[in-house]
Amino acid sequence: MTEISIQIKPSKVVDRSPTFDSLQNWVGVLPFFLFILIFLIIPSTNLFIGAFQDQSGHFTLANIGIVLSDATVIRAYETSLKIAFITSVAGGLFGFFVAYSVTIGRAPRWMRSVVTSFSGLAANFGGVPLAFAFIATLGHTGFISVFLKQICFASPSGTQTCPFDIYQAGFNLYSLTGLTLAYLYFQFPLMVLTIAPALEGLKREWREASENLGGESWQYWWNVALPILWPSILGSSILLFASAFGAYATAEALTGGFINLVTILIGAEIRGDVLDNPNEGYALALGMIVVMAVCVAIYTILQRRTVRWLKS
Amino acid sequence: MKTKNHNFWALFWAVLGMLYFFVPLYGTFDFSLRMQKGVLSFLAYKAVLSDPLFLASFRYSATMGVITVVVSVLIFLPTVYWMYLRLPQARPVVEIISILPFIVPAIVYVFGLIRTFGHPPLDLTMTPLKTDILITVGYIILSMPYMYRAIDVGMRSIDVRNLTEAAQSLGSNWFQILFNVILPNMRIAVLSGALICFATVIGELVLGEFLVRPALGPYMVDVGRDQAYQPAAMAIMAWGLTWVCLALIQIFGRGNTSQQLTGR
Repeated sequence: MTEISIQIKPSKVVDRSPTFDSLQNWVGVLPFFLFILIFLIIPSTNLFIGAFQDQSGHFTLANIGIVLSDATVIRAYETSLKIAFITSVAGGLFGFFVAYSVTIGRAPRWMRSVVTSFSGLAANFGGVPLAFAFIATLGHTGFISVFLKQICFASPSGTQTCPFDIYQAGFNLYSLTGLTLAYLYFQFPLMVLTIAPALEGLKREWREASENLGGESWQYWWNVALPILWPSILGSSILLFASAFGAYATAEALTGGFINLVTILIGAEIRGDVLDNPNEGYALALGMIVVMAVCVAIYTILQRRTVRWLKS
Repeated sequence: MKTKNHNFWALFWAVLGMLYFFVPLYGTFDFSLRMQKGVLSFLAYKAVLSDPLFLASFRYSATMGVITVVVSVLIFLPTVYWMYLRLPQARPVVEIISILPFIVPAIVYVFGLIRTFGHPPLDLTMTPLKTDILITVGYIILSMPYMYRAIDVGMRSIDVRNLTEAAQSLGSNWFQILFNVILPNMRIAVLSGALICFATVIGELVLGEFLVRPALGPYMVDVGRDQAYQPAAMAIMAWGLTWVCLALIQIFGRGNTSQQLTGR
């Protein structure tokens, strides 16, 4: 050891080469990368590989073909995409208006703090308890259902009509409509939380400039505010879309697994009672990862645009 | 005239938003009090809290929550610290990794876990202890986006390099630097990450259900199948717990930011 270091020039011993240095630096984050590799990357890739294998492990595209021609699977994807789309658009719009009213819309101060803090709460309130809350509120004997049912009028012919009996009118909580209402409970607060910073980033000067040039309120929104805001609005909506698309617990607890969503179908497949071949199950799951990856990719791109505009 | 109009819409949407928050909350609370016919009582709450299965599953999930928080901090704190100190070029990569759990939904992830670790040689789904190890790992991965972000934000607010040099010149080793110098300086950030992480584990359904462990999520689903009033009571309690977690984050966050040693 000493002999070697004598042979090398002293300066080389002191200043280690930059590659060695950075290699040594990477060692510090190695445990993290190993952990991620073993417990996140490998399990996910394993599904990916499984989707392209037959039961004896040979490469095949048959699983994808079978899954894509399975009517139940297609309907599950349709339903999941539909509910994700509806709740992200409706929740996005509603959340945008609420965020607008508590940021630049001059709502009373106490309302601002109530809405902001409850948004944080509701956006984190999902899963099984959310389903329970909606059953207690809009279920057959729920608070609102019973309340509305009690509003009855005696009609001239002597019979009683109760025009607000929502179940009589065809409403059913344990359906897509009910699930949509439940999802909206965390969707629009999520929108409030993600879009509020962007709305606050709109500078007063821009509005004043627009007004000085004779612009109407709608012209300010259409020509100034929206072009700046749209990447944030779209980005936040995609976040909502992804959160609804991947949700499982609320749907399971609300409908007892009887609604045909992709997540519910995968759950049934894990329990072992849908497709006869596990590899088809992996193909089913692969589709979800593809959809989610597209969402996150778009979100990341939009995020970059947003940051560029709204950074002061 | 214009201003008034303006204010009306702001008021309208804010009120509508608050109604959407409060009506289900109030409705659930009202419903949870009606277990005893004709009277308002806390009977449903008593029924939940005196159910030994509830206590057992709550204890299980709470224990798992604490273990998850501790192991998460042990993994992410040194990593993020090292990244800020020596490896800033790794940040974009790690940042992308930290949001991967958003791309892989929990139900897909647990499917992958079972396929990968559910058979020999590891057989991690065969005994309760082995499954508990697997489920902890799963919880760490699922709560990683929150934990990582919290620690990242905390690390950004302190001067990592100066603190490290000061500690080194006083003779600290790496362990002391991390846990006696860096961690206390960003305890608020770590604490808020820990609370979100804990709340995530407590409310988690998918891992507990499909790895078949007695967690709170699967218990709640079971109760929801055969009871009417207890689920409402549990929803209110879950609400309270989430609220307490968020309130603690707010309180700690407000009180202590000025006390950090070397704020930037």
